[in-house]
Amino acid sequence: MALDKKKAKRVAYQAAAAAALAAALWFIASNTAANLHARHISSGFGFLGREAGFEIGEHFLVAYDSAGSYLRALAVGLANTFKVALLGVVLATALGTLVGLGRLSRGPELRAACAAYVEFVRNVPLLVQLLFWYTLFTQLPPPDRALEPLHGFFLTNRGIYFPLPGSAPALGRFNFSGGGSVSPEFAALLVGLVLYTAAFVAEIVRAAILSVPRGQAEAGAALGLRDPQVFRSVVLPQALRAMLPPLTSQYLNLVKNSSLAVAIGYPDLVSIANTTINQTGQAIEGVAIIMAVYLTISLSIALLMNAYNARVMRR
Amino acid sequence: MRRAAFWLVVLLLSWRFFDWALVEAVWRPDPAACRAARGACWGFIADKYRFLLFGTYPFEEQWRAALASALLVILWAVSAAVRFSRAWLLPAWLAGLVLIGVLMWGGALGLPYVDHERWGGLALTLLLTTFGLAFAFPLSIALALGRRSGLPLVRALCIGYIELIRGVPLISLLFMASVMLPLFLPGGMSVDKLLRAQLALVLFAAAYLAEVVRGGLQAVPESQYEMADALGLTALQKNRFVVLPQALRIAVPPLVGTFIGFFKDTSLVTIIGLFDLLQALKVSLQEPAWVGYGAEGYLFVALVYFAFCFAMSRYAATLENNPAGPLFTPALRPRSSSSRGWR
Repeated sequence: MALDKKKAKRVAYQAAAAAALAAALWFIASNTAANLHARHISSGFGFLGREAGFEIGEHFLVAYDSAGSYLRALAVGLANTFKVALLGVVLATALGTLVGLGRLSRGPELRAACAAYVEFVRNVPLLVQLLFWYTLFTQLPPPDRALEPLHGFFLTNRGIYFPLPGSAPALGRFNFSGGGSVSPEFAALLVGLVLYTAAFVAEIVRAAILSVPRGQAEAGAALGLRDPQVFRSVVLPQALRAMLPPLTSQYLNLVKNSSLAVAIGYPDLVSIANTTINQTGQAIEGVAIIMAVYLTISLSIALLMNAYNARVMRR
Repeated sequence: MRRAAFWLVVLLLSWRFFDWALVEAVWRPDPAACRAARGACWGFIADKYRFLLFGTYPFEEQWRAALASALLVILWAVSAAVRFSRAWLLPAWLAGLVLIGVLMWGGALGLPYVDHERWGGLALTLLLTTFGLAFAFPLSIALALGRRSGLPLVRALCIGYIELIRGVPLISLLFMASVMLPLFLPGGMSVDKLLRAQLALVLFAAAYLAEVVRGGLQAVPESQYEMADALGLTALQKNRFVVLPQALRIAVPPLVGTFIGFFKDTSLVTIIGLFDLLQALKVSLQEPAWVGYGAEGYLFVALVYFAFCFAMSRYAATLENNPAGPLFTPALRPRSSSSRGWR
């Protein structure tokens, strides 16, 4: 009898939750339909095939001109997001590992310098850092007075030019041509993301290495291994296990944080979707596209890292 | 020798910066002197500090925003000093938030009314953070409990919500609040931009806080749940008197970490045009006299954020090293060994 009552209660609670959710959704849907009708906006993704009509400063892998469709423009944005996120993950991991090891070094100065970097960067909003770097990169001298810190590398307010095999940048009438180049927007976003994420990666690396019992390193030394060997074959494999889950979430953060590109005008997915929303008024579809793409990326990275994690743990 | 070489390199690298930031800097709010100097123009900050702190809040009434901000900081400091674990904190916060509302809006006690469209600067950043957390925290407890609920539908809804919010960037939620929310409301009814952004921030923070609270809930030993059941407590009593007090106490250090992240994240409201500290800076930089001093401006804003966040992160670190709480620190504690190397 008491059990039946409890069961009935459970069903009632869940029915109430479902009813509340349904009511809220219906309220939102009916209001939205009425509002869209009143504003003469037709819903649906038909607008994706229409001509976008705006220029995009830089594109990567996907060809584009202003006669391209919105769908193509969004694909350009997605490719740009991938470009900065992939480079960012690689560079942030490298820098973060170095800084994390620096925080564990024997030299007190290096430890202090790495700690200062980590503390400062972690405690300032990424957006402020991005705007700072963007200001610096756009305040560089114009191409005719470009800075050349290394032979063949030119820093200008139009971007950074660097030599590629078989082609070096040369100053033309207005700007450099030849070689490779990155825009100030891309440079600022990449530098900001890498410096910010690396500080978090450094803390993860440090904590993971400290989590390996000291006896392990001592045992390695007792076996006659040298310091670098101890580190590579004894400490690192064990530290990697502790590192992977928090690293995954930092990589996810980096991908999500790359959406701050919209604040400095790098044409990533969010900034293209934002332009699309402003031009077409298709707010719901635009935001839905952004969310769907990021959810897909988040879930894929999580799955990938979980699979890798399972492999590492099995070893 | 190696030490000397290290410091030499540091000195050489930092010399140019200090030369720019201190030696050759201009501190007077004088654009002409700034244009002539080689160094930083801190005069820009000296000229604009009231605007950076309070935005477009009416100039003569800015003492109110200052008082409200001070009250906020005191509320946080007092709560931190007692580790967020005194029963009187709840009424103190409610009273404090009401008082802050009265100060900021006015329209009572002889204070002229100030619409929240005019709130801005650092004061707005602090308000968005505090009110955001104040509303998100109870919501996050409900979500965390819901995620561990025995009711499959409730659990699924909570998991779906938390993972959805955590899977998308905050900026997409802010866009949603600024462009989609107006479509969701009945025609003619409108919620202004500030409140919409605040709503998005609350929904965002709740998902992240819920995961931290869930961590606390999982750390409460199973026996505690069983004992509460054995005493015949209802589900509500069990959570209220047995589980939550322990779970939240465990969760305080990671919660403070999440608070810091949220404080930094409120800077994103500038992207949808809200008048927070960062937006006040961007607007100041558009004034013809002060164009081109972005580096100084962003460094200043970075230092302001750093002051708040660093204080909070030091506090969180003391909590982690010292379970008894900062008020009861014995004079001598063994040094933590975490600064030592792996060797």
